Amino acid sequence: MNFFAEALQWLVDPANYVGLNAIPLRLAQHLGFTVVTLVIASAIAIPLGFLIGHTGRGRSVAVASAGAFRAIPTLGLLTLVALSIGIGLNAPYIALTVLAVPPILAGAYTGFEAIDRRTIDAARAVGMSEVQIVRQVEVPLGLPLLIGGLRSAALQVVATATLAAYVADFGLGRYLFAGLKTRDYAEMLGGSILVILMALALEGLFALTQRFVVPRGVLAGRPTDIRTRSSRPRPVMESAIEEGQKNVHSK
Amino acid sequence: MIEFHSVTKRFPDGTVAVDDFSLVLPSHKTTVFVGTSGSGKTTLLRMINRMVDPTSGSIDIDGADIGTLDPVKLRRSIGYVMQNSGLLPHRKVVDNVATVPMLRGMSRKKARDEALQLLDTVGLDRSLAERYPSQLSGGQQQRVGVARGLAVNPNILLMDEPFGAVDPIVRAELQQELLRLQHELGKTVVFVTHDIDEAFLLGDQVVILRTGGKVAQVGSPGEILANPADDFVSTFVGAERGKRSLHLENHGAGDVLVDGDGRLAGVLVPGSKAGPLAGSGASAQGGDPR
Ligand SMILES: Nc1ncnc2c1ncn2[C@@H]1O[C@H](COP(=O)(O)OP(=O)(O)OP(=O)(O)O)[C@@H](O)[C@H]1O
Ligand SMILES: [Mg+2]
Repeated sequence: MNFFAEALQWLVDPANYVGLNAIPLRLAQHLGFTVVTLVIASAIAIPLGFLIGHTGRGRSVAVASAGAFRAIPTLGLLTLVALSIGIGLNAPYIALTVLAVPPILAGAYTGFEAIDRRTIDAARAVGMSEVQIVRQVEVPLGLPLLIGGLRSAALQVVATATLAAYVADFGLGRYLFAGLKTRDYAEMLGGSILVILMALALEGLFALTQRFVVPRGVLAGRPTDIRTRSSRPRPVMESAIEEGQKNVHSK
Repeated sequence: MIEFHSVTKRFPDGTVAVDDFSLVLPSHKTTVFVGTSGSGKTTLLRMINRMVDPTSGSIDIDGADIGTLDPVKLRRSIGYVMQNSGLLPHRKVVDNVATVPMLRGMSRKKARDEALQLLDTVGLDRSLAERYPSQLSGGQQQRVGVARGLAVNPNILLMDEPFGAVDPIVRAELQQELLRLQHELGKTVVFVTHDIDEAFLLGDQVVILRTGGKVAQVGSPGEILANPADDFVSTFVGAERGKRSLHLENHGAGDVLVDGDGRLAGVLVPGSKAGPLAGSGASAQGGDPR
C-alpha cells in the first residue's frame, strides 16, 4: 500500500515532467516504438497472411513457423541481436517485430479462412478477378479477425517494449531499469502503471475498432438483432481468434 | 447456342463426374439438366462459365471455343444463379445486384438505378433494396439472386437448383415468375434440378442424367413422358409407379383424380387448358390424403 502511494506521488511529481526523462516524453517514445513495430510487423504479416488465406497454401508452414517464433524468448533474442548489430534501437525493433508478426499473420489468414467458401465461390462465379475477390470480399469480411490479431500483437508489444530500455535510453522501460538499479521502487511501480495504462488504452481502442469494422450486413444477421428468429449460435470474433491462436500453439 | 463436344470431367481424386457428354443447347430456349444427386449436373453447368474446366472435349458458345476465352470476362457475360443465392453478406441487396455491372465498368449510380428496376422485374419490393441479404427470407434472397443473374442482361442464364431451398408455395410462385420472365426476355436458360416436375414445367429441352454424367434421355417433356428410353427414365419420371397415370374416383363429395399409388393427385377442372403437361399441372393442386 505504501509503495503504491509513493508510486502515485512519483507519477504526479512535477520533477518527473521535465528534461530528457520526462513522463510525457517517455510515453511518446514508448507509444511511437509500439506503433512503428506494429507497422513493420503488419507490412510483413498482412500481405503474407492474405496470400495464405486466399490461396490456402503455405498454411501449415505458417502455423509451424509462427509457433516456433512464439517460442523464442524475446529477451534472449534481443540480447543476441544487440550483440550482433550493436546497442541502439534497431535490436529491439527486430526482436519485437519477431514477437508481433505471428498474431497478425494468424489474424490475417484466419480472417480469410473464416469466410463461407460459398460466398467466395459465388464472387468468382459472377466474374470477380482474384484481386477483386481479395479486395471486395475477403478483406472486408476478414477484417474483424485481422484487427483481433493486431490487438493481441499490440498488447504484447506494448508490454514487451519495456525491454527496449535494456539496450537503449528509450521508453517507459527506462523507469523500470533505472528504478531497479537505484532501488527506487516508486519509480519502478510508477513506470509499470504507465505501461499498464497504455496497454489498457490500446486495448480499448482496438476493441472499439474491432466492433466498428464488422460489416453491417454481417451484424444484421446476428441473433442480437431485432430479428431474433434464428437461434442458431454464431461464432463471435473473440472465440475465433482464440481458436486461431490455439491452432498456432497446438500445431 | 451452347455446344458440348465429347466433354469429360475427371476430378483429381479420380471421380468421373461427366463422361463423354455431347449436346446442343439451342438459343432462347430453356434446357433443364435433371438427375439424381451426384449425376454431374452442377459440374456440367459450371463448365459453361469455366468455373470447372473439362478434362477433355470442348464447349462452344455461339461457335467460339470457351477454352480460349478469358474466364473472368466470360463469367461477367453469363448470368449465374446459385442454389444458396450466393449473395455477398456485407453488401446491400441493391449493391449485390449492381455488383457485376460495376465490375464491367458501369458507374455506381447507373448500376444502382438499373438494379432497382431489376428488383421490379423479379417481383421484389424496392423497399428491400437497402437491406442486407441476412435480413431477407430465403425466397426473397433467391429472387435477388435471379435479379443479379439478369443484371448484365446476359444472353445465357445458368441456374443451379435456384428454388431448392424454398417452400412449395413460394417455389411454384418463383417457377411461374421464371416462365413469365423467360417469355419476356427469351434468354438461353440452363437450369439444374433434381425435381422432375420442375424440369417438365420449365424445360423446352430436358436432359435426364444418370450417375457419372451419362445422358439417359434428351427430349421435350412430352417426348420423354410418352416414350421413356429405358427403365431408368421411366422410374425417374415416375411413370412406372403410376404416378402419372391418373384415373377418376368418386370420393363421396365429388370426383377426384387419383394416381397409381392411390395418392390424391388433384381434381378435374372442366374447360381448363389441357396442354401436354396436364398431368403434372393437375398434381400441383393435389394434396396428400394421409
Ligand atoms: N471438386 C470436386 N472434386 C472431386 N469430386 C467432385 C468435385 N465436385 C464434384 N465432384 C464429384 O462429381 C460428381 C458430380 O458432382 P456434381 O456436383 O456435378 O453433382 P450434382 O448432379 O450437381 O449433384 P447434386 O444434385 O447433389 O447437386 C459427384 O460424385 C461429386 O462427388
Ligand atoms: Mg449440384
